[in-house]
Amino acid sequence: MKQTQSCTDSLQQARLARYSPGSIKASARYLWPLAALMLLLAVNLVLDASFFQLSFQDGRLYGSLIDILNRSAPVALLAIGMSLVIATGGIDLSVGAVMAIAGAVCANLLLQTALPLALVIAAGLATGIAAGLINGTLVSYLKIQPIVATLLLMVAGRGVAQLINQGQIVTFQRPDFAWLGTGSWLGLPLPIWLVIGMFALSQLLLRRTALGLFIEAVGCNATASRYLGINDKAIKLFVYAFAGFCAALAGMISAADIQGSDANNAGLWLELDAILAVVIGGAALSGGRFSLLLSVIGVLIIQSLSTTIIVSGLPAKFNLLIKALVVLLVLLLQSDKFRRQLSSWLPKLRKWRKGGQI
Amino acid sequence: MKIKRLLGATAVLVLSSSLALSSLARATTIGFSQVGSESGWRSSFSESVKQEAAARKIDLKFADAQQKQENQIRAVRGFIAQRVDAIIIAPVVETGWAPVLREAKRARIPVVIVDRNVQLNDDSLFLTRIASDFTEEGRKVARWLMQKTDGNCAIVELQGTVGATAAIDRAKGFNEVLAEYPAAKIIRSQTAEFTRSKGKEVMESFLKAEQGGRNICALWAHNDEMALGAIQAIKEAGLKPGQDILVVAVDGVPDYFKAMADGEANATVELDPHLGGPAFDVIAAYLNGDKDIAKYINNTGELFSQDTAAAEYQKRTNK
Repeated sequence: MKQTQSCTDSLQQARLARYSPGSIKASARYLWPLAALMLLLAVNLVLDASFFQLSFQDGRLYGSLIDILNRSAPVALLAIGMSLVIATGGIDLSVGAVMAIAGAVCANLLLQTALPLALVIAAGLATGIAAGLINGTLVSYLKIQPIVATLLLMVAGRGVAQLINQGQIVTFQRPDFAWLGTGSWLGLPLPIWLVIGMFALSQLLLRRTALGLFIEAVGCNATASRYLGINDKAIKLFVYAFAGFCAALAGMISAADIQGSDANNAGLWLELDAILAVVIGGAALSGGRFSLLLSVIGVLIIQSLSTTIIVSGLPAKFNLLIKALVVLLVLLLQSDKFRRQLSSWLPKLRKWRKGGQI
Repeated sequence: MKIKRLLGATAVLVLSSSLALSSLARATTIGFSQVGSESGWRSSFSESVKQEAAARKIDLKFADAQQKQENQIRAVRGFIAQRVDAIIIAPVVETGWAPVLREAKRARIPVVIVDRNVQLNDDSLFLTRIASDFTEEGRKVARWLMQKTDGNCAIVELQGTVGATAAIDRAKGFNEVLAEYPAAKIIRSQTAEFTRSKGKEVMESFLKAEQGGRNICALWAHNDEMALGAIQAIKEAGLKPGQDILVVAVDGVPDYFKAMADGEANATVELDPHLGGPAFDVIAAYLNGDKDIAKYINNTGELFSQDTAAAEYQKRTNK
């Protein structure tokens, strides 16, 4: 009960924050993730002075910053879907595998049939939605715990993708499909536009209708929201299907990017990056409040970190360790308790230093 | 229970009678325990062994272990029970082979290890091991590159998965040769986990960090897949892979031969999947009384460059 109480409190705060944009609470939520992102970018500037340089080349902007945006596109799409799933108190471990399936389906359709591009893309997206519906049915109607239900597809899905590709890396030469991953429009790479489009669309759908509130309500207390007349099962089914859709789009971008479908590696472990991004964005895994923008900022933090590590020139064996340490730091900075502790230490530290000087 | 034993007895009877027949015909029977079919390279390896056996009229008993050592051990025990003339194992893992190999030795059946290594205290448990030498692959690539650039080259390296034997040894061999050329050095090095997409991502960052790639003379990737991803990154940066930045790698997958034929990659050392021929050769020699066989047979593949790439690509895709 206590948890429900605090959840409703935070919902209340969130709503207040949302409807009074100038309030301190609203900006505080964005402060620390944004600060972490800025810090990472500043580190890059120190490592390589040309980091912020942008040039115009082959009809598109070109530079490290654009790279970070472009490379974070697949995880950003996953994180948008994952935010909603986590907001209902669920989790979707299968999105990486769904990426592999969607990529495999598209690659094989491109190679073996003469279907028009729109149909290939539609087939890829439909695959993702179907996978999401399976997850959603298992979770909402059959009451299987989300982590287990989606673990099934996480394991089996990669197998399905390998089966579709018959154990090979299937490559294709189709400039029109490759455009999804490597093309550009109005000076920006297409994956960035896809993320912007998906973000805007989701934001409209969630915040201009009551859907967003319904999702948060179901995440806070499914039983209570059912008594209020919210169809909690349908809401859950929807969020998993939505996550599947986002994953399929991400999978197609990855496949288009390398003009091939690599069932073994496409989207491998990206579900964990997506979950991490949502958590860095300040969402609670127990459900309730969510913010798509914060999740996307979380993704940008992770991707900036990866780029920093590549540019830093440190031996590859330190990669994972550094990543974990920085993520820990970002999470600590967001913890009220840790910050309070820190600020209570600071005066003591000053005192101690003064004492030392005398 | 009884039925099972009865079935077992019949099976043994059938087997021994077929064995009697085959030994009358003097055809060699060889059992081959394969890892599985997890990659394109593995599939062509299995195919090549089967074809080679058919060409030599060898009765090949093929067992797919589906990446499990327990399946392999069961298959090898089956081969011993069938009293095959020789056994070839492509091991899944390096450890845990001593007991079953001791059983084979007691049955006086020679065992040839191919591809991956095994860890044993007792060398007499197997006849020989046939495999590619990863270090030598690295050396070959480096020698080619140093010759091409007169030993003056700023190289970026895409490493394989951290800790993988192939990555460690290929880097070792490459760096050994590089040490002889003071003007050549690796200016950036990072793992791209043997995958195409990571290869592209890491190369993009390298290009940005090195003045848009103008400082880079060559790309050295621990496998072809990473190089193929990096080639796309180089193209997108407005440079010509294969000319502005030389591209060298290891493996010899068909897509890479195509890239070489198109002038976008320069050289690769093939990781030879045709291990069947050498294995059958060594078994034939042993069965004909040659007891003086080296414990390790180096089967490092050839280096291919653009000159023969188009023809090689044809050969590999028509099969």
